[in-house]
Amino acid sequence: MAAGNIKDKVSIVGMGCTKFGENWEMSADDMIIEAAYEAVEDAGIELKDIQAAWVGVTSSGASGTSLANPLKLDGIPITRVENYCASGQEAIRNAAFSVACGMYDIVLALGYEKLKDSGLRGLPLTSMTDPVIGLGGTPPGLFGGPWVTFFEQYGVTKETLAKIAVKNHYNGSMNPKAHFQKAVSLEQVMKAPIIAWPLGLYDCCPTTDGAAAAILVSRRIARDFRDDYINIKGVSVIVDSLHPGYRPSHDYSSWPATVLAAKDAYRQVGMTEPRKELDLIELHDCFTMTELVTYCDLGLCKQEEVKDCVDSGVFELKGEIPVNASGGLKSFGHPVGASGIRMVYDLYKQMQGKVGGERQVKDAELGLAHNLGGAPQVSSVIIVGMD
Amino acid sequence: MIGIKSWGIYIPTYRLSRKEIARAMGGAHLGGEKAVANFDEDSITMGAEAVRNTIDGIDASEIDALFFAATTAPYREKQSASTVALAADLEEDVFFSDFSGSIRAGVIALSLAMDRVQSGSSENVIVTASDCRMGTGGSEVEQTFGDGAAAFLVGKEDVIAEFIGQYSISDDFIDVWRTSEDKFVRSWEDRFIKTQGYSKNMARVIKGLLDKYHLAPSDFQKIVIPAPDPGSLKGLSKTLGLDMKTQVQEPLLNTVGDTGTAHPLLMLAASIEEASPGDKILFAAYGDGAQAFVISVTDRVKKGPRKIVKDCLDSGMPLASYVQYLKFKNLIPTEAARRPTYPSSVPYMWRERNYFTRFHGSKCFSCGAEQYPRQRICYVCKSKDNFQEIKLAPKKGKVITYTKDYLFPSPVPPHMQAVVELEGGCRVYMMMTDVNPDEVKNHMPVEMVFRMLHDRSDFYHYGWKCRPAR
Repeated sequence: MAAGNIKDKVSIVGMGCTKFGENWEMSADDMIIEAAYEAVEDAGIELKDIQAAWVGVTSSGASGTSLANPLKLDGIPITRVENYCASGQEAIRNAAFSVACGMYDIVLALGYEKLKDSGLRGLPLTSMTDPVIGLGGTPPGLFGGPWVTFFEQYGVTKETLAKIAVKNHYNGSMNPKAHFQKAVSLEQVMKAPIIAWPLGLYDCCPTTDGAAAAILVSRRIARDFRDDYINIKGVSVIVDSLHPGYRPSHDYSSWPATVLAAKDAYRQVGMTEPRKELDLIELHDCFTMTELVTYCDLGLCKQEEVKDCVDSGVFELKGEIPVNASGGLKSFGHPVGASGIRMVYDLYKQMQGKVGGERQVKDAELGLAHNLGGAPQVSSVIIVGMD
Repeated sequence: MIGIKSWGIYIPTYRLSRKEIARAMGGAHLGGEKAVANFDEDSITMGAEAVRNTIDGIDASEIDALFFAATTAPYREKQSASTVALAADLEEDVFFSDFSGSIRAGVIALSLAMDRVQSGSSENVIVTASDCRMGTGGSEVEQTFGDGAAAFLVGKEDVIAEFIGQYSISDDFIDVWRTSEDKFVRSWEDRFIKTQGYSKNMARVIKGLLDKYHLAPSDFQKIVIPAPDPGSLKGLSKTLGLDMKTQVQEPLLNTVGDTGTAHPLLMLAASIEEASPGDKILFAAYGDGAQAFVISVTDRVKKGPRKIVKDCLDSGMPLASYVQYLKFKNLIPTEAARRPTYPSSVPYMWRERNYFTRFHGSKCFSCGAEQYPRQRICYVCKSKDNFQEIKLAPKKGKVITYTKDYLFPSPVPPHMQAVVELEGGCRVYMMMTDVNPDEVKNHMPVEMVFRMLHDRSDFYHYGWKCRPAR
């Protein structure tokens, strides 16, 4: 594991995010332009000030040209990064490293996905190169895998999962950029058609279009742009070396990549008690089951405690530590490459106190964003905070 | 002494009642039920399962030839026997061939297997016959045809039943046929084909056999005669003076249906299974002429395989409806799933044939961890290129976790997907088949079965699924 540290070397001074949803009338380029311009205007700069860029996208585009072409970014290095659902955070992570090493002072990280043009239902399968291995799998089937362990050993029920959907829909109902802005009842969630047992329609995030962008600068010049910038405190990406369905002895009580990514990020921050030290969390709730497992994997509670934590509202807006105050992937939507940056966008707006209303988390100064992708095998964690 | 060393059969799990066919299509029903191949089964997969059953407990390296007979081989150009040989994990130097063109093809293959052993060019030849023929909706054969496979291992030593002699006749008779364009079986008017085709040829060949070996019907304890329908069998028995009650083998028409090429072998297996040492069997089969055999059961019959025909008959599951049958047979155009298609690649399937088709895994010499798909670096201890190739297909497994998935395209949703742990600890993420979704439980025992996985790029991708252990 890494020994280095990125803490307080890189700041975010501008962010942008499109409305997430079924953006039938917007192309990928339209969304890239919307997100990028909101971010540069927020930072008080122009596109020509950007010295380098990273773009996270999984299936809607390729190469740096997907950014250069719409934004007309002439003559600068642009790199496309792809790491399943962690692609957006990868753009931020790699952009941050470039600034931290002193190569650039002002860079753009942008993530986007245009899923609704494909005509397909749901996200693609995870292994797109193999005619046999992984066959029969779907994202809800794979991510629902831990249900047997949690239902049998930890007292979790379908209703526990449903409560997570209710929470995230409620939060999203107050978020004007969310895909779904509608609260749902426990009964609605419980009675919804099954997609992949035990996950029903409301346990699954939607198929969404969207883009999000961040302007990263060297901390040394951050104050030149604004006073309420946020700093990158820790970044990590961890990749497991075998599809979980083929992993000997895997017990489905955890996704190890998340555990390791969190450990690595906490080390950089010097964090020992995340549940106490963090003010809010945006985590990868592609499915309610994933959110449940991730509570444990981020060290917020033990598997034995997770049902009680959900039942007692620990992760609700007014709870001990709000999780997915934005509405999460569940309600905000999950345009794969955009999601990781969208999460940081939400943390940024929360810390700046710009969310307002019931959804505003008071005095938030330290937040965590988490993604989990693949079968799943890839997890990323970014911790951001005010000075 | 040349004869049968082992046998195996395969009857698909699903059964469709003839009453349900008549309910859907109108007309009278003929009673009983028929075995129906699942949507992921075809004559290759059923033939492979029959071979696997036959060689269970036998060293596969002793088998040096494989014959595959079917009138419903999935490819018009490309051998099926080669795929069956891989699925059964036979050696690379096995001699193989396909037999086709007649429902007698399985019996012809069996007689040529005897010749091959007799001539000394092979020691042990495995013959499998498999069919899944279809009749048009509302036809009599739609009700009578069933799906299934049977296999026999022919060799010289330790035989359970010895081949004493045979007689065959040829008759270029157009009774039942499919042109190269036909999906469904065609036939001429039934009085003509039954009286002038089946009955005449069978009577002639059986009389010829008896004359040739100076035997009488009363010399046989068992008489195995496949027939297209019970009436034809009754008529033939009367003509030949056979005792329907004590001698003539029950034709499996009410439980399995007429399985075409497989049927003579299936009935022979059922008859040997019930035989006593010293029993003589008269075995005959029809198709473009006819062929008949004298078979003598040895003392080894007592050590023969388990009662596999009875076990297969007992483990059927009812097919919910005629519509489900149409879906299994791909006879209803269905909406293409709004899901990404899987990649397919001939070089990929060929390169990984030991892992995809033979279903081998990797066992680490250093730490002992068994892994799939093939690894070069151990997931557990990281040692490199230090693996033994192990056979996974014979292993029993248990379900670690599973889902009922309505998103993955299946002709009969929900698609059942499981993580399975095989004996030895190998984990495989695999599709379940022949399964009632409500019967799946965590930790339930499963067995490995060879199935058609998909036909993207218009060729068939075969591989392995699991099903509840039988």
